[in-house]
Amino acid sequence: MTPRPDGFPGPAYPLGANPSFTDLVRSVGSDPSDVSSGPQPGPAQGGVPGGVAAGVSHGLSAGVPHGLPGGVPHGTTVLALKFAEGVVMAGDRRATEGYSIADERIEKVFPADDHSAVAIAGAAGQATEIVKLFQTEIEHYEKVEGDRLSLEGKANRLAQMVRGNLPMAMQGLVVVPLFAGWDMGREEGRIFRYDVTGGRWEEAVFHATGSGGIHARGTLKKRWKPGLDRQAAIRTAVEALYDAAQEDVATGGPDLFRGVYPSVKVVDRDGFHTVSEDDVRGAFEGIVEDLLANQPPVGASGAREAEEAGP
Amino acid sequence: MSFQPYVPPEQLIKDRSDYARKGIARGKSVVAVEYAEGILFLAENPSTTLHKVSEIYDRVAFAGVGKYSEFEDLRIAGIRLADLRGYSYGREDVTAKTLANAYSQALSTIFTQQMKPYEVEILVAQVGEDDGGNSLFHILFDGSVADEEGFVAMGGRSEDLSDRLKDSYRPGASLTDALRGAVDAVSAVEERNFEPQGLEVAVLDRTRSRRKFRRLGADEVGDIVGGGGN
Repeated sequence: MTPRPDGFPGPAYPLGANPSFTDLVRSVGSDPSDVSSGPQPGPAQGGVPGGVAAGVSHGLSAGVPHGLPGGVPHGTTVLALKFAEGVVMAGDRRATEGYSIADERIEKVFPADDHSAVAIAGAAGQATEIVKLFQTEIEHYEKVEGDRLSLEGKANRLAQMVRGNLPMAMQGLVVVPLFAGWDMGREEGRIFRYDVTGGRWEEAVFHATGSGGIHARGTLKKRWKPGLDRQAAIRTAVEALYDAAQEDVATGGPDLFRGVYPSVKVVDRDGFHTVSEDDVRGAFEGIVEDLLANQPPVGASGAREAEEAGP
Repeated sequence: MSFQPYVPPEQLIKDRSDYARKGIARGKSVVAVEYAEGILFLAENPSTTLHKVSEIYDRVAFAGVGKYSEFEDLRIAGIRLADLRGYSYGREDVTAKTLANAYSQALSTIFTQQMKPYEVEILVAQVGEDDGGNSLFHILFDGSVADEEGFVAMGGRSEDLSDRLKDSYRPGASLTDALRGAVDAVSAVEERNFEPQGLEVAVLDRTRSRRKFRRLGADEVGDIVGGGGN
């Protein structure tokens, strides 16, 4: 690789232009999420998010795998499910720092490009940096090549980025994303999940990850049906997050008083859409209404039964 | 030691300029015209995949004429520069001015130091928030930069095209009028009519959300140019 003669960034390649932004960032020596070389104070350009002191991360974690040092309870729940016309992706809004809540309005579901979305679980600083790099990577490829990257290609690229983060993950800054999008070739929505080593698996119908993921998956398993329509899919996502928030301290539930609701996104043939807060609130209110109608709240002691005067 | 005849620098520069100009004159033309909502680009280009006009960043587009391999090289270098800047600083910090300066430096270095100059002319355009906010930087093979306003023509018949555009250009024209004017100018200069398939048309449209660049397909171009007659 000879450096370019004209002072522009990036190496001159013997054949073809390398469309990877990540490789470009690495070649100019300011790789933020790199990841493979571990945290290092790089030249100022990219800013090194690895500067978050290991172990005190501001976390949205996927539950630190056994054997990895992690110490601090992170928490989050993000999920994705397929429906008739595409994919719904949703996440709660809580970030934790040790035993305190760092943020009750954080956003964990992002557009990766027009037709795909990525949701993050893990150390917040590291995860948002990977998302930013991933977004730039996809757009960079599209501009350099003049063509869009396939959904498969995007999913693979993300896997490589997560794998690159492994040294940081070993220090507790785990990042485990969830990726979903509309496959233009196959004309269907697809969901990919990852593990901390960059392993990538395609999910057939739904998946949830993060510390509350296991509880959300329970709800999704019961509620998901083939051919769900958009509204039902949004409601299922909200219900799964609501259930997860009740079981998992690190997952935030809807806060009616402050107007904090889960963030819900839809990716379909027409692209990435954010579901309005009103629609999410509507879905949540519908769930609560049905719960009240079918099963009046039961207190642990049974004492509330008297007050609630059920039907 | 071999004998090197003395060549005065004036002669050297002139020879190189002539060489570059000849190369550019052989190529097809590109025009850019400001219109009410942004900037329109029109290139005579039968290929639908090898572009003369492309997106560099959110508000910035690139157009090149001359030797494909050379302006393609510059285009990719520009995308790299823009994406790195935007990633390291902020998206709004990537401007046409930055790119134009970088291109100017690069082309000037190539012109004086490489075996042969690049046979290209490029345009770096940025759409502004409002009508007066657009920038059009026209950069020549030797690195000289012109900050243009209203319209720019580059390539083989650029002088004739500029004369035509001078007559037809109206500030604040609609996209339809701007496109028709540009197509008329190119057709008149080339003395033939163009099918929409033979034209590459793109816009930087300030009404779009983040990425302002959009290509217009042959159907859309046909509708605009053909619709309602002339």
